[in-house]
Amino acid sequence: MSSTIDAPAQQPSEKRLETVETVVVRFCGDSGDGMQLVGTQMTNVSAAYGNDVKTLPDFPAEIRAPQGTLAGVSGYQLCFSNHDIFTPGDAVDTLVSMNPAALKTNIGDLKRGGTLIVNEDAFDKSNIIKAGYEGNPLDDATLLQPYRLHKVPMTRLTRDAVAGLGLSPREADRCQNFFALGLVYWLYERDSKPTENWLKEKFAKKPEIMEANLRALRAGYNYGFSTESFTVHYHVAPAVLAPGKYRKLTGNEAVAMGLATAAKLANRRLFFAGYPITPASDILHDLSELKNFNVCTFQAEDEIAAMSAACGAAFAGELAVTASSGPGICLKGEAMGLGLMTELPMIIIDVQRGGPSTGLPTKTEQADLLLAMFGRNGESPLPILAAQSPADCFGLIQEAFRIATEFMVPVIFLSDGYIANGAEPWRIPDVSELTPLTIEHPTGANSEKGYMPYKRNPETLARPWAKIGTPGLEHRIGGLEKWDTSGHVAYDAENHQHMVRTRAKKVASIANFIPEQTVEGPETGELLVVSWGGTYGAVRTATRELQAQGKSVAHAHLRYMNPFPKNLGDLLRNYKKVLVPELNMGQLRLLLRSEFLVDAYGLNKIKGKPFLVSEVTDAITRLLDA
Amino acid sequence: MSTELPVVSLQPKDFASDQEIRWCPRCGDYSILAQMKKVLPTLGIPKEKFVFVSGIGCSSRFPYYMNTYGFHSIHGRAPAIATAVKMCRPDMQVWVITGDGDALSIGGNHLMHAIRRNVDMKIILFNNQIYGLTKGQYSPTSPTGKKTKSTPYGAVDHPLNPLSVALGTEATFVARSVDVDIKHLTMVLERAAHHKGTAFVEVYQDCNVFNTGAFSFATNKETKEDNVIYLEHGKPLVFAGGKRGIRVTEGSRPEVVELGGNVQIDDLLMHDEKVVQPSHAFMLARMRYPEFPEPMGIFRCIEKPTYDEVANKQISDAIAKQGPGDLNALLNSGDTWTVA
Repeated sequence: MSSTIDAPAQQPSEKRLETVETVVVRFCGDSGDGMQLVGTQMTNVSAAYGNDVKTLPDFPAEIRAPQGTLAGVSGYQLCFSNHDIFTPGDAVDTLVSMNPAALKTNIGDLKRGGTLIVNEDAFDKSNIIKAGYEGNPLDDATLLQPYRLHKVPMTRLTRDAVAGLGLSPREADRCQNFFALGLVYWLYERDSKPTENWLKEKFAKKPEIMEANLRALRAGYNYGFSTESFTVHYHVAPAVLAPGKYRKLTGNEAVAMGLATAAKLANRRLFFAGYPITPASDILHDLSELKNFNVCTFQAEDEIAAMSAACGAAFAGELAVTASSGPGICLKGEAMGLGLMTELPMIIIDVQRGGPSTGLPTKTEQADLLLAMFGRNGESPLPILAAQSPADCFGLIQEAFRIATEFMVPVIFLSDGYIANGAEPWRIPDVSELTPLTIEHPTGANSEKGYMPYKRNPETLARPWAKIGTPGLEHRIGGLEKWDTSGHVAYDAENHQHMVRTRAKKVASIANFIPEQTVEGPETGELLVVSWGGTYGAVRTATRELQAQGKSVAHAHLRYMNPFPKNLGDLLRNYKKVLVPELNMGQLRLLLRSEFLVDAYGLNKIKGKPFLVSEVTDAITRLLDA
Repeated sequence: MSTELPVVSLQPKDFASDQEIRWCPRCGDYSILAQMKKVLPTLGIPKEKFVFVSGIGCSSRFPYYMNTYGFHSIHGRAPAIATAVKMCRPDMQVWVITGDGDALSIGGNHLMHAIRRNVDMKIILFNNQIYGLTKGQYSPTSPTGKKTKSTPYGAVDHPLNPLSVALGTEATFVARSVDVDIKHLTMVLERAAHHKGTAFVEVYQDCNVFNTGAFSFATNKETKEDNVIYLEHGKPLVFAGGKRGIRVTEGSRPEVVELGGNVQIDDLLMHDEKVVQPSHAFMLARMRYPEFPEPMGIFRCIEKPTYDEVANKQISDAIAKQGPGDLNALLNSGDTWTVA
């Protein structure tokens, strides 16, 4: 019994191979149809082949919404290209739809003339009604006329392919996603070997399930190859990427790996406290696997406990981190204030999702910037960093630890659902290229009167970080205001004003220790587009396109949100207009306007989805023409 | 052998910080502080290896008055903070100082989870049945009907029994004492210090400003013999100068009996703090004044692996088995490809 795809020696002459630069494929189906799985497989295969890849997983908050309904549709979009790309693509070239509900919710994103592959067996009366269609949409010539439709009886063909393996119909039907994947692999000349190897490893203990999926994959591939339905398939050459060794990385993976790397390079324990919350939980999962890196994970009883535990671990002298999403960050606010008041180093990761309240747990948004800036009682500034892409998380989370430990301050690290779950190729750094943290703990008294826990480094204003257990350095800290230097409880008016100003000055002065803001494009001109966080890709692509058309537009992407790079104010004034695209109601715009008195325009989208490039180019064009 | 550790010879005064103590005059907290300073030097542990973590409330100022490492944190969160401290620094002896509002109201969730994890920490709950720092509102241990500033018509709630909470969350060490009973309190703190795992100690503490006399039944020299019963492991439950005792009825309920006549000492309930099944301790915890004399002492003391120990063992085992983490291998894991 062979379980590999035998590549045909020669393509039949009638199958035309076209070369294209960039392709966007979306798999969509019921949330139980395994769309995320096959999307991830195709991403891995394409990345390993050498394409540049960006992905957009899009799944419902319910694990299994009622089958066949619109609410239960799960999609996975990937874009692969022969050149560097920054987004998962605006419009879809090939849409694979496993049922009527998936067709209904996704057809609008398919390009005119695009390829539409449907599992026609799933278009039965019940599913058609659940999707809210009046009749079978596959019979609706007006609806489908703009597309190259391929009606494939995937259920029947998959059952035929796995016949004889003793699978129940239900088990057989669960292989349909691999039939669809095989077909798309043929369509885009993908190598199926890595997926075959994955199946062999995954189902090593269930040989009949492994064989069934391999057969389904092969049947799908052969369907494309041999039936007359498909007359053309496509070649996407590898991208020209910087030389080096690459792997694929999601934002959450990059955060976990970056944290473990920072701790390992510093030869220290990493303490991570978290409470499960979408879309941040994978950071907890990934770190839990890294015990031999001296990573200690603590699944706390709630968000408050997780934040409090981070304070406790920092007090104990360890590298402390907690991660959550908006609702959890709200709960952490009080203990974040404690970390700020006790001036202990730690990282608070906010993987932003659609809000307010429970909001859109599985969708992306950038609406926690002001929460990060101001979401605590009293005058309570904290440094804030925001990652721009999945791979960017790796380095930036280490930078967060650098700032936290150098300045003795909790640092907020903003990611979002799009960055956290999206994947891109990442050039693996050589460990020797990475800079270890330099951390010093006092071993003796720092004054004639003994150990002064709030005696500051005159340059950074950081207080010393005594490890508990050190003889002679016994001291008490807490949330009450303290005397400068001694750290004793103090209610004195002048001292309070002095301490409030000192804490603010310490955070503000971090601007002297971070890179200046750079701009892509002309140094002066008509328009500067300022973005932050996960909108980087769409804005960069849009500004590049318009720059290529000769438009006077530049792009500044911020990663340091508080304090801002110290040249930002001057830089904003070099352009006649400033546009701030954000997935919120204008939070960065508010900060820029109040900080620099610039009249910034906003492009604001609050749909739980990233920007399309066209939305950004359109806004820029309108503003330039206005 | 020259590897012997130097004998640590500390005195109670070595544990006093330079801060002025700001509790109200005659507050029960003073006694607890004094007994703590007495107990710590007897443990043979260097001063820098103690850490006190507290929340918010009068009792939570405690760490400021101890010359050890201390963290006066936020309301109710001390058990969560202390859990991380112990996980990161297993060499430290961790004490949590809390009150009835801090531990059982705003921090109820953290208390419950610290106890059920059996983190190696000693939790001392100063129970004065009132909110003192906020000037006299009723607390989760105030009796029903209690008239306070926030309950002028009497508290409607039913109070929590702190020991029942601790036992219900699977505490491995549960004890109770009274602020003014110096010897007994010292003994209980000592036993707590020696327990490996979460030691939960309730101390009846008089708030002489907002709720004075709440525990006079247990402190009044003339009546306390009749109103409290001192638990001793392996001994029968007797009180009132040996005249009365506790017997268990056929329906497994405790009853007060007069000794002599046809009730002999052998008929009384024997105290066993080591019994794994918590129902014995639970029954004792439910004995409340005035129906019963209230038990004082160690209700329960059993052995169970501690959270910090097992969590750290998972790490050391992983390092022993897989070797210390190899960063290059981690970064290069999964499918990789090379661009020339």
